[in-house]
Amino acid sequence: MTETSEPFSEETVLRFARGTRLQYDRVREQWFIQAPERAFIADPSAAEILQLIDGKRTLGTVTDKLLQKFSATRDVLVHDVLHMTRELADKQVLQVV
Amino acid sequence: MTAIPPPMSLLAEVTHRCPLQCPYCSNPLRLDPRTDELSTADWLRVLDEAAAMGVLQVHFSGGEPMARPDLPDLVRHAVSLGLYTNLITSGVLLNAKSLKALTDAGLDHVQLSFQDADTAEAERIGGMAGAQAKKLEAARLIKEDGLPLTLNFVIHRQNAARVPAMLNMAERLGARRVEIAHTQYYGWGLLNRDALLPSRAQLEETEHTVAAARARFGTRLAIDFVTPDYYADQPKPCMGGWGQRFLNIAPTGKVLPCHAAESIPGLTFPTVRESSLQDIWQNAPLFTLYRGTDWMPDPCRSCAFKEQDWGGCRCQALALTGDASATDPVCNQAPGHGVIKQAIANRPAVPPAFRYRRYGNGEITNGT
Repeated sequence: MTETSEPFSEETVLRFARGTRLQYDRVREQWFIQAPERAFIADPSAAEILQLIDGKRTLGTVTDKLLQKFSATRDVLVHDVLHMTRELADKQVLQVV
Repeated sequence: MTAIPPPMSLLAEVTHRCPLQCPYCSNPLRLDPRTDELSTADWLRVLDEAAAMGVLQVHFSGGEPMARPDLPDLVRHAVSLGLYTNLITSGVLLNAKSLKALTDAGLDHVQLSFQDADTAEAERIGGMAGAQAKKLEAARLIKEDGLPLTLNFVIHRQNAARVPAMLNMAERLGARRVEIAHTQYYGWGLLNRDALLPSRAQLEETEHTVAAARARFGTRLAIDFVTPDYYADQPKPCMGGWGQRFLNIAPTGKVLPCHAAESIPGLTFPTVRESSLQDIWQNAPLFTLYRGTDWMPDPCRSCAFKEQDWGGCRCQALALTGDASATDPVCNQAPGHGVIKQAIANRPAVPPAFRYRRYGNGEITNGT
């Protein structure tokens, strides 16, 4: 299987793999990705994207939602969304529905 | 006083009882008896305290944690507090019913240990006949349920040749991660060092095998490789620094900065029976003793890497130099580094018999 090297598109739909989730830590006031054997910090922009990953929305829809909140161009945003989600899929945090 | 950042993870050693007898077990030589174990109510309170202070992940371990019938209750409570729950198990007590109780409770992940890919050798190393079939069935059930699975293999001179077979096994069983972790030499591992320590050539072969497998697996199966630090030039940043990221609670309720800390003499070990976890983490002398860099002797004190490796492992310094505040002798700058070279040079050609991990078996003075 070579599924991991393909880039995502605006049509891709993702969900969190079982055993991983996004979690807000009230003690440290930071978002974390909880995953097997490790928790790692989700930076603020990653946290914004990941809060919209629900196993139903396409990455295009995720981008449109983010556009309502941030003053970036759609081209920039879509690039960030596709790039970051691809990286997290390679880390087995997200998977294609 | 300045608040110390809270720990990221808690290793909950709920019991030292275990059907296996692995000669490199990370439990202390003096095992806690069942009668001294914390009650369910104690553990529930400890989990409350851990979540409140900022612990993010709880690793239920042992011994064999599934030997405690209240494990699903502890997992359910941890899940309700938002803690990430990991079960570190030998798998020999796992069946469809006991797994369902844990998944119903919300368990997030399982780390399943194997002693070898070869059945006869695995059962000789673990000291339990029939264990391998139980473990393979456990892996199948976990995979069937869909829980993420990590396989753990502890590597030493008597199984290093089968690392390729272990990696194939992880792939075949559908693991998401596999740990190829060379033995660390304290406690039982140190007692059995001559029977376990690989040669440099064996170590390098495992490194090459892992590098090749990483290229083959890509991102679908992650490999965590842990080196035997006797062959490293720099010490490992043990526990990410003493009292910085990690808490360990022993079956009796003692709170430790690492699972080997009980070996350090002359210390008072704080317990959850007497103090809160938060108070212990912030103030207990055991935790403040080697936290940060103030305690360091030279060459650590003036070393550029002091905030990377934190002086290495205190328990290893103690075990090999007699002084827990010495530089970890694994460091090639350490005054005590000769003992590491000597241990490698004196490695016998034929490994001696294992001294198995059993109640009472670690309390005799090592005669060799």
